[in-house]
Amino acid sequence: MREFTDGSTAIVRGALDAGCDFFAGYPITPASPILMMMMRELPPRGGIAIQGEDEIASIGMCIGAVMGGARAMTATSGPGISLYSENIGLAIMGEVPLVIVDVQRLGPATGGATTVGQGDVQFVRWATGGGYPIIALAPSSVPECYQLTLEAFRLAERFRCPVFLMTDKELNMTATTVDLEDYERARLGAGVGREKEPERSAEEPFEPYRYDPPEAVPPLVPYGDEHIVRFTGSTHDQRAFITKDPETVGRLNRHLRAKIDDNLEEIESVTADLEPGAETLWLSFGSTAGAMREAVGEARAKGRKVSALTVQSLWPVPENSIRAALETVSRIVVAELNHGQYRREIERLVASREWGCTVEGLHRVDGELIAPEQFLERLS
Amino acid sequence: MSGSATITPLATFRNDSPYPFCPGCGHGVILNRLNEALVQLDLDPHEVVLVSDIGCSGLSDQYFATNAFHGLHGRSVTYACGIKLARPELTVVVIMGDGGTGIGGTHLLNAARRNIGVTVLVFNNFNFGMTGGQHSTTTPLAAVTSTTLAGNLERPLDICGTLAVNGAGFAYRGTSFDKHLSERIAEGIRSPGFAILDIWELCTAYYAPSNQLTGKALFGMLEELGLPVGVVGRNDVEDYGDAFRRAHPVVGKRAVPGLEPLEPGFEASLDKRFELAVAGSAGEKVRSAVRLAARAGILSGLRATQRDDYPITVQSGHSLSELILSPVPFAYSGMRKPDALLVLSEDGLKKAQGYLDAMGAEDRVFAIPGLRPQTRASLTIVDPRQAAVRVTRHNRSLVALAAMLSELDLFQFAALEAAAGLLAPAYRAACLEAILAGRALGAIDQ
Ligand code: SF4
Repeated sequence: MREFTDGSTAIVRGALDAGCDFFAGYPITPASPILMMMMRELPPRGGIAIQGEDEIASIGMCIGAVMGGARAMTATSGPGISLYSENIGLAIMGEVPLVIVDVQRLGPATGGATTVGQGDVQFVRWATGGGYPIIALAPSSVPECYQLTLEAFRLAERFRCPVFLMTDKELNMTATTVDLEDYERARLGAGVGREKEPERSAEEPFEPYRYDPPEAVPPLVPYGDEHIVRFTGSTHDQRAFITKDPETVGRLNRHLRAKIDDNLEEIESVTADLEPGAETLWLSFGSTAGAMREAVGEARAKGRKVSALTVQSLWPVPENSIRAALETVSRIVVAELNHGQYRREIERLVASREWGCTVEGLHRVDGELIAPEQFLERLS
Repeated sequence: MSGSATITPLATFRNDSPYPFCPGCGHGVILNRLNEALVQLDLDPHEVVLVSDIGCSGLSDQYFATNAFHGLHGRSVTYACGIKLARPELTVVVIMGDGGTGIGGTHLLNAARRNIGVTVLVFNNFNFGMTGGQHSTTTPLAAVTSTTLAGNLERPLDICGTLAVNGAGFAYRGTSFDKHLSERIAEGIRSPGFAILDIWELCTAYYAPSNQLTGKALFGMLEELGLPVGVVGRNDVEDYGDAFRRAHPVVGKRAVPGLEPLEPGFEASLDKRFELAVAGSAGEKVRSAVRLAARAGILSGLRATQRDDYPITVQSGHSLSELILSPVPFAYSGMRKPDALLVLSEDGLKKAQGYLDAMGAEDRVFAIPGLRPQTRASLTIVDPRQAAVRVTRHNRSLVALAAMLSELDLFQFAALEAAAGLLAPAYRAACLEAILAGRALGAIDQ
């Protein structure tokens, strides 16, 4: 059985299967199909979907809803991420599990509303003041849109942080043929489970932000249940009272970094297609990786050796998997629809190696996709 | 906590921490009245969420033994609305300063307009205390602040008037000195829908000394501005959450969104990737016609992608739809150069000129009469007006596309009929009629 569908639909299905019951968003091409589908699908399932007066209100309502016990998602494009920025910081500081879909279009500013781009890669990583890590996943096909939406909810809950699902106009709005078996309807365990609160004695006060050791993640307890729950976006102690005590503040901020960076293995996700003897590694993500995989087939059909790496977990950079792939080649071509944002990360990894390995970029910023033949041109 | 056994009403919702405010600041007084209101309402502290904004009043939640949310400046109302929508049984009270009514003005207005059941207390002392006495949206004309040194030139915002006229369920204007303030706060919390309480008070560090404002003068100010006090607005409207749930009854089982399985059962003649584009005008169902062809291709065992391009105006200008068909799976959905192009209008012709230039003798262009596309590709004219069906702007694209597909012979025509048969009953018959008329239409080679 096959179907003719697009990434927007797959994302909505993934969200519903992950137990998403709250959506707020503001219309913006090319993310609006998700808003409209969630408006249609959530309410009859007992969830809430609402169109905010702007992007700020939309993400704000999502954050509030999560603290009310909901599982929330919002969707926008680059200009909307600009407006989400301050609340992304709040979600990081307040440790709010939240899935943010960024259907990328060509920027900057209004840019090309109906034009494909992958220019938000560094933007989502550094979207807010303070410089704390976030998680970002990038599906490269419609079935991956489904699977990585589930994974985004899992990671958001697991690490109590905003998780970006980075797609693009091409992936979300181009209808494509999918074999239903490709979805591998992997429900993640019994849905996306919230961890149980750790045992504590009756005398011990409830602490909404208890992290010991620093990379540990406190379970989220929503309002209205058995504890009085405090939430704050200010530097705070474990009870969520504002503090400037250097030791407490330093510990908090180390925790916000460590819970993601020190748990990299749990987040890493790449698809490596490494060919023994290949000198060149193509590396890409999102819809560009689709063209890359097609080019791999064409190259090998012609008897040319090439390796390819599709990165699904863009942030934090899956350094272990990328390093392992880099070891096998002498030349890397990073393909992306921007001026080389992810290439910077690969250059950083390569610079830390002791032997030479060149990094090249294959970039387009004209609103067109990178075609398989452009990969092939970079093989010699 | 739902179902918890609260036997005696709580004596206080405050915790042991003393307020941090300047001597004489109105904040502590209003918070005491809020505490009394919560006691009067006999609420369970587990069911109360205090959402604080930013500024001196933003510290308030820390002095209560209830749930608390301290977020970003101006956005407190959005968090409160999210909490209330997700957990309608909770009592959600927002505490914000007059500063918040500026940066968060749109959120206040829209929460009132929607009538989401939160209660907003504006601690209105006409300036930003925490940051050094700058003017705000409510600073009276001519008032001196650290940013209106020659006297304020901006008209002060009538918070209650604005929100009441836009639907707030309950609007109250008063001062921190009001005898019945706690009752009014309780009334606001109890009233269904959105409640706003604009409570005037003294910032003893900045605004009051700079403008010789005393408690007594506060009342004079109200009079001078001609603003009514007390409950100044009531709208008998349903709480948004209640209305939302009423408007959207929960149904048991629902189909997976968008899942329309297609079982391949027809033969395709196509043995390699084939790129087809239809260039017409917006509003002429170009996309629906191509979608039908794509589905017919899939029913024939082919893989298809469809990419549409149209101006943001949607109903005017061009509509270009690109269909790629291939017997093998593919991931690159970009179009290099169409193998076949159908041009349906001047708008489409203009949009497709790049493709026309790139196409060669082995490619085929189909066009309606009168368009004269310039191309090296072989040109075929299709004239939907000659079709044995009444042609409108809604079926013209499909008639012409069906004529083109019967010429191209990519897959069995029966697959197109089968794809039409899968459409919703409302479109099915007309669609079938259009494709059959299209097939019967003779195409003229040029
Ligand atoms: S600065 Fe003004 S508002 Fe702030 S605590 Fe002091 S008197 Fe109150």
